[in-house]
Amino acid sequence: MISDLFSATVIIGIVSSGIRLATPYLFASIGEMFGQRSGVLNLGVEGQMLLGAFVAFYVTLNTQNLWLGVLAAMGVGALMGLAMAFVTVNLHATQGISGIGFYLFGMGMSNLLFQKLVGTVEGVKGFQRIAVPLLSKIPVLGEIFFNQNALVYLAFLLVPVAWFVLNKTTLGLKIRAVGENPEAADSLGVSVAGIRYLTVTMGGVFSGIAGASLSIALLNVFQQNMTAGQGFIAVALVYFGSWKPFGILGGALLFSLVNALQLWIQVLGIPIPAELAVMMPYILTILVLTLSVSKSRGPSALTKVFEREG
Amino acid sequence: MKKVFALVSVLLVMAMFLGACGKTPATEPPAASSDPLRIAVVSPSSVNDLAFTQSISDALKVLKAEMGDGLEYAFSENMFVVDDAAAAIRDYANKGYDIVIAHGSQYGSSLQEIAPDFPETVFAWGTTVDTFGMANVHAYEAASDQGGYVNGVMAGMLTQTKIIGVVGPIETGDAKLYVDGFVAGAKSVDPTIDVRVTYIGSFSDVALAAEAATTHIAAGADILTGSAQMVVGAIGKAEESGLYWFGTQADQNSFAPKTVVASQVYHWENILREIISLRAAGTLGGHTFTASLQNGGQVITFNPEVTISDEIKTKVEETIAGINDGSIVIPKP
Repeated sequence: MISDLFSATVIIGIVSSGIRLATPYLFASIGEMFGQRSGVLNLGVEGQMLLGAFVAFYVTLNTQNLWLGVLAAMGVGALMGLAMAFVTVNLHATQGISGIGFYLFGMGMSNLLFQKLVGTVEGVKGFQRIAVPLLSKIPVLGEIFFNQNALVYLAFLLVPVAWFVLNKTTLGLKIRAVGENPEAADSLGVSVAGIRYLTVTMGGVFSGIAGASLSIALLNVFQQNMTAGQGFIAVALVYFGSWKPFGILGGALLFSLVNALQLWIQVLGIPIPAELAVMMPYILTILVLTLSVSKSRGPSALTKVFEREG
Repeated sequence: MKKVFALVSVLLVMAMFLGACGKTPATEPPAASSDPLRIAVVSPSSVNDLAFTQSISDALKVLKAEMGDGLEYAFSENMFVVDDAAAAIRDYANKGYDIVIAHGSQYGSSLQEIAPDFPETVFAWGTTVDTFGMANVHAYEAASDQGGYVNGVMAGMLTQTKIIGVVGPIETGDAKLYVDGFVAGAKSVDPTIDVRVTYIGSFSDVALAAEAATTHIAAGADILTGSAQMVVGAIGKAEESGLYWFGTQADQNSFAPKTVVASQVYHWENILREIISLRAAGTLGGHTFTASLQNGGQVITFNPEVTISDEIKTKVEETIAGINDGSIVIPKP
C-alpha cells in the first residue's frame, strides 16, 4: 500500500502532475511578485485569471489560434492591471479592498461573457504536449520534464528571467527601490507612479497568461469560476517565497506536488480519509511558512500609498 | 511577521472556501402579465454546468415549453454563498412567486427560517428528504445510486484492465450516493474489479479534477466516471486518452461525443408537475419526492455516437427492470 508510492509510474505521475499544477501559480505569483516588490498588493489576481482564462478560450474557440488566445489573455490582463494601478496609484485607494473589487469584477464579467457569448461548456483544441528532442528520451526525467505543453516550459523559464530582471537590471533596482523607500527613489528621479504602473500592469499580463494556461493548455475548456481560488493561493505563494522568484518556485512546487501526491494516495487506496488528503497541501504550506517566514521581510512600502510631499 | 502569517492564512482559507464553490447572481425579470404560474429557482452553480444546476434548469425549460404563457420563471444561479441564496429565496417569496425552489441541500436551515413567514407560498427543497414538518415545504431527492449502479454495471462489462477511476467532488449527498451506487454496480459484474475513488474536495476546481483523471489513467484505469460540475476537466482527459466516461446529473454526451457512453440524466419536471398539481388541489407542502428510474425522474441516456454491444444493452434493461421491481437491491456501503 504505502510502498506502492515508490514505484517509477507513481513517482513520474506525481512529479509531472505537480509540474502541470504549478504552472498557473508560477505565472500568477511571479507577476504578483513584481507588483508587491514595487509596493502594490493586488488581491485581484483571481479575477484577472478568470477573465484571462475566458478570453483565451473564446479567442481560441473562434480563431483556432492558440497564441492569439494567449495574446488576448495578456491584453485583458494588462487592462485589468492598468485599472488596478490607476485606482491604487492615482486615486490612492486601499490596495486590499480594490483588489477584492477587481476580483469580483473579473469573476462576474467572465461569467457574464461566458453566458452571453458561449452559453454551454464546450472544448477547444488546446496546446499539445511537446516532446523536447533528445531530452525527452532520458528515462524518467524526460517523461517528467521534457514532455509538457509550451506554456509549462514558459512558466518555468520565467523564473530565472524574473530573477535576472529583478536583481541584475536597472529596472529591477528601480522596482526594489520604489518598494523599499519610495521617497528616496523619488528624490533620485525614479518615477514611483511609472514603476508601479509598469509592475501592476505586468502582473495583470502574467495573471492573464495564468488563466490561459488553465483554459487552453492544461484543460482546454472554460467553466465559470474555474480558477477555484488559485489566484489567492498565488498571492499567498509570493509571501511564502519571500518575494523571490526561486522562493516562489519552491512554494508552487511544494504545494502542487503535495496536491498530486494526495491524488495518488487516494487512487492507490491508501487508507487516509479523502478530506484529510485534500487538506494536505494547505496544511503543509502553512506549516512550512511558520517555520521559514521568520527570517524574511516584505517590501517596506508594501500597501502604502505614496504621496509626494510639498 | 505575524501580519504576513495572518494574511497568508486568510488567503489560504479563502482559497479553500472558493475552491468549494461558484458565484454571481443573475435573474430574469418576471413579467407581470395576466395570471401565470410563477416559479423561482435558487441554485448554487451555473445553468450550463452540465450537471446539478443544468438539470433543474432543463426541467423548467420543459415545463415552459408545455405551459407557454401559463408559466413565468426566474432563475438565480451561482448562489454558492448560503446567505445570498437565503436573501434571494426571501426576495422571491416577497415578490409573490407561487413556487420557490431551493435547489441545494445547503439551503435547508435558511428555508426553515423563511418558509413560516410565507404560508401561502410553496417551497421545494432538494436534494433532501426533510420537509421540517412544515405545511408549505416539499422535499425532493434523486435516487442517484440507481443510475450509478446501472452505469457501474456497464463500466464493469466494458473494462479491460479491471480498473475503473471515479472523480468525485466532496464525499457527501448526491455525489456520494452516485459513487456508492456506481461502485456496487461495477462489483456486481465482477467483484475483482478495482474501482478507485478520489474526492478532490471541491465542486469547482476543474484543474484538480483533470489531474485526478490523469492520475487514474496513469494508474491503469480504462474507464472513468465522476459527479458534479468540475468533472468537465476529467472528461477532457478521458477524451484525450481515448477512454470511456460515464456521466451523471445532466446529459454530458454533447461535450465529448466519442467519450461519454451514457449519462444518468435527472428529469425533475415530473416532480415539478406533481408539485404544481398538488398546489392546484390546495396542498402546499409536506411531500417528499424521489426521482427514480421507475418514475422517470432519472433516465439513462445513451450516446448514439458510441456503439455498445447488444449484450450490454440487454444487461442494462435487465438491471433497470430489476431495480424497479425490487429484485436488485443496491447495497449501501
